[in-house]
Amino acid sequence: MARLTIDRVSKNFGNYRALDAVSLEVRDGEFLAVLGPSGCGKTTLLRQVAGFDQIDDGEIRIGDTVVSGTRQHVPPEHRRVGIVFQSYALWPHMSVFDNVAYGLKVAGVKDPERTRRVREALALVGLETFAERRPGLLSGGQRQRVALARCLVTEPSLVLLDEPLANLDVHLRAAMEDEFARFHERTATTMIYITHDQAEAMALADRIAVMDRGRLLQLATPSDLFRQPANETVARFIGEGMVLPAEVAAADSEGRCRGRIHGLELSLRASPLQKAGHAKVCLRARDLAIAGPGEPGLAAHIVRTVYQGGFFRLEASLVRAPDITVHLEVPEPFHHGPGDVVDIAVHDGWVLPAETESSSQ
Amino acid sequence: MSGSAAKAMRGGDLTLLWGLVVLVAILSILPLARLVIEGIAPGGALSSGVVGSVLSDPTTWAAVRNSLVTTLGGTLLAVVIGSIVACFVALTDMRARNAFVFCFVLPLMIAPQVTALAWLQVTGPSSALLNMLGLAPPLGTRNPLYSAEGIILLLGIQYAPLVFLTLRAGLRALPKELIEAGLAAGAGKLTVLRTIILPLMTPPLVAGIALCFVSSLGNFGIPAFLGIPANYLVLPTLIYQRLAGLGPGILSEVAVLSTLIGAIAMAGIILQDVMLRRRDFRITTTSTAARPFELRGWRLPSEILLWGLVLLILVVPLAGLLATSLVPGYGVPLNAATATFENYEYVMFDHAGSKRAFANSFGLSAAAALVIVVVSVPLAYFLVWRRSRMLRLLNLAAELPYALPGVVLAIAAILIFLKPLPVFGISLYNTIWIIFFCYVARFLVLGLRPVASGYHQLDRTLEEAAQVAGAGLIRRLVTIILPLVAPAATAGALLVFLTAFNELTVSALLWSSGNETLGVVVFSFEQGGDSTYAAALAVLTVIVTLALMLSTLLFARKLPQGVLPWRD
Repeated sequence: MARLTIDRVSKNFGNYRALDAVSLEVRDGEFLAVLGPSGCGKTTLLRQVAGFDQIDDGEIRIGDTVVSGTRQHVPPEHRRVGIVFQSYALWPHMSVFDNVAYGLKVAGVKDPERTRRVREALALVGLETFAERRPGLLSGGQRQRVALARCLVTEPSLVLLDEPLANLDVHLRAAMEDEFARFHERTATTMIYITHDQAEAMALADRIAVMDRGRLLQLATPSDLFRQPANETVARFIGEGMVLPAEVAAADSEGRCRGRIHGLELSLRASPLQKAGHAKVCLRARDLAIAGPGEPGLAAHIVRTVYQGGFFRLEASLVRAPDITVHLEVPEPFHHGPGDVVDIAVHDGWVLPAETESSSQ
Repeated sequence: MSGSAAKAMRGGDLTLLWGLVVLVAILSILPLARLVIEGIAPGGALSSGVVGSVLSDPTTWAAVRNSLVTTLGGTLLAVVIGSIVACFVALTDMRARNAFVFCFVLPLMIAPQVTALAWLQVTGPSSALLNMLGLAPPLGTRNPLYSAEGIILLLGIQYAPLVFLTLRAGLRALPKELIEAGLAAGAGKLTVLRTIILPLMTPPLVAGIALCFVSSLGNFGIPAFLGIPANYLVLPTLIYQRLAGLGPGILSEVAVLSTLIGAIAMAGIILQDVMLRRRDFRITTTSTAARPFELRGWRLPSEILLWGLVLLILVVPLAGLLATSLVPGYGVPLNAATATFENYEYVMFDHAGSKRAFANSFGLSAAAALVIVVVSVPLAYFLVWRRSRMLRLLNLAAELPYALPGVVLAIAAILIFLKPLPVFGISLYNTIWIIFFCYVARFLVLGLRPVASGYHQLDRTLEEAAQVAGAGLIRRLVTIILPLVAPAATAGALLVFLTAFNELTVSALLWSSGNETLGVVVFSFEQGGDSTYAAALAVLTVIVTLALMLSTLLFARKLPQGVLPWRD
């Protein structure tokens, strides 16, 4: 277990900047998810932490040791990190037992301790009885567990998981998610979990680092990420946030401020430092509802309604700004259809910090 | 990625890499550099005298002309046969494809000198086969194969499989949509073949032609058996005769001749490169292979024709060879009364040279195969997984000794090893080690290619997983990578073994008493008029070759496609 510090790390592939001055710190024992669309640089980041490539700028430290820097580079075999690969990368010519025992053998751990630790690791993932099988004969979930056992048996200081659930079917994913969570609780290992699935990240992680185009956009707890996105990209990416222009007054010390969206006066959450002026506001579907009688709202044309079991997902464009589309959930019964005009009440919203501020996050 | 990956290497990795670089340099760059230096500065002194005298000698230019005539003729014949067969095998629904491919590719694996010997047994007035059938021409008639046409015919048959193999690989990679789009546009099958398939097959066809050209140019066995008796010399046989006649004193002269043949081969390779660079042949879609064209009513006649071809180019000459090996004397017709195993007994148990040759050829081939696999596994690791500009050059260097004619390497080896090695003070010349050096240098790429395709099939994360588990490069190579590329490495070792086992070009120039190879002994039996002994020995090498080829079918399913040429 150890702290991981990534300090302004950059990585180029030819002219392509895969990582652009990424800084983040993973606390001892923390479960950190790195979330982003494919091509955002999250796997590149993981490969730098593991040491497969040499970084072009910045520094990576595990504990107090510099493992990647512009002048030094500890090769992967000496970093004491564990990885669970997306493809699992189980060696097909070895039994499950030998796969798990490999790292111990390399480290010179002798029997009977080696066998004992392999058995323990296999027991931890519930595969004691599969020790003599070949990986080729296991199901996807079992392979996943073997990969996990193999990575943990050497008690690495840091465990990296590269989209470990991407190759599993939906049912198995939920079960494995639980397993990862329990697992992290029991071992308290520092874990970095790469994923493009925000539900997975939200469910598992202590904190989430959102990446896009080689940059770190925000590092926060799942709740903060959802409630207080740092910028428009995060706001739109996480939980399908809607971003609308607004006029806001200066925030009070509690982080509340008055604002106006297309003529609708409302109370918003904001940073206590928020100044008066133009701003962008992030709205969530659950903050919107059809306005009750006499309640103020934004007039909008219904574009589409989709029945989703007990409620409709409604998409509507604002009458005063037809290029802005909002979406919300309305409970059954609901008798309006496309073309109808409804008033949409806004109960909550988050004022996005001005862009110059967000880049320092 | 490449630059930083190279930078990320350290310590042990770098030592291993530089060890391989030095080894490949010694095997490929050193001999060629030595040869060129000898041409410019014979015996160490800068002079244009030898170059001038060789280039003004009419025999040189007669040999160049003969080389070009037979090479171009043989290549043309190989292209015609090879491409027609490739189209049938890769595009149609012919049956028994595996068996056919095995038989059709077999001549490529049989030594050229054995092919030549076999054909001589079929056509001459003393042919045991023809005498048995009562078809032999009258005694005193010259064997029609002792001619330029004979050499062209046999080169064409020997190397038709090369064109076939490259073209078939190309046809396999052809996406079926391209064919279906043509058919959907209303074109008939032959129109599709002419306007879509064949134009797209230009790169493999050109590559096959180049391969065929270089192989024919460097071929020694066929012009040695068919040309020398007719005093029809090509460059390799001219070099052989000069060296055999006058010994090492003539080295500077043969060095110039070798450089000349090397230059012609390079010209062919460069021409291929230029032709392919002129146009864009990249196939943009990827998809499953095309569905075969149905031959319908033409299927049986086509199959009969193709198997007839196998009968003609494989069965008939081998039957001729077998017949000769079973008669007590050359020219005696084969029948129940004359048939004998005496020739086999003689070459296996009585003749000291041929007994030694068995041991030498087995030992040399097995040792070369072993060394090449041991070098290829780490070398391919760097070539495939740690790509960089320096490694691309290294790959090119490894290809060179095989791409150039064998005589070039052999003469270069003589120049290097004639004087005692510096430091060690021992001379490898006139020992078996000079042949071994040439085998390893020349056949390295035969072992390297299958291993490299094995790496291409491997998921790199398997290695990375071992790396994060703490294993260093050597340990990863031994415990993870070697077991996973083992089938490909075995195939590579077998290819090396078979090629070395049937080799003559290099050993004909480098052998010394006690260090004969099987090829050399077959050649000297035939030159001494002992065709029956030559035939018996040749039959034995064919049997060994065939047995080893068949043994690969046991593990062929574990191999990347295209690693074993004789497997469809």
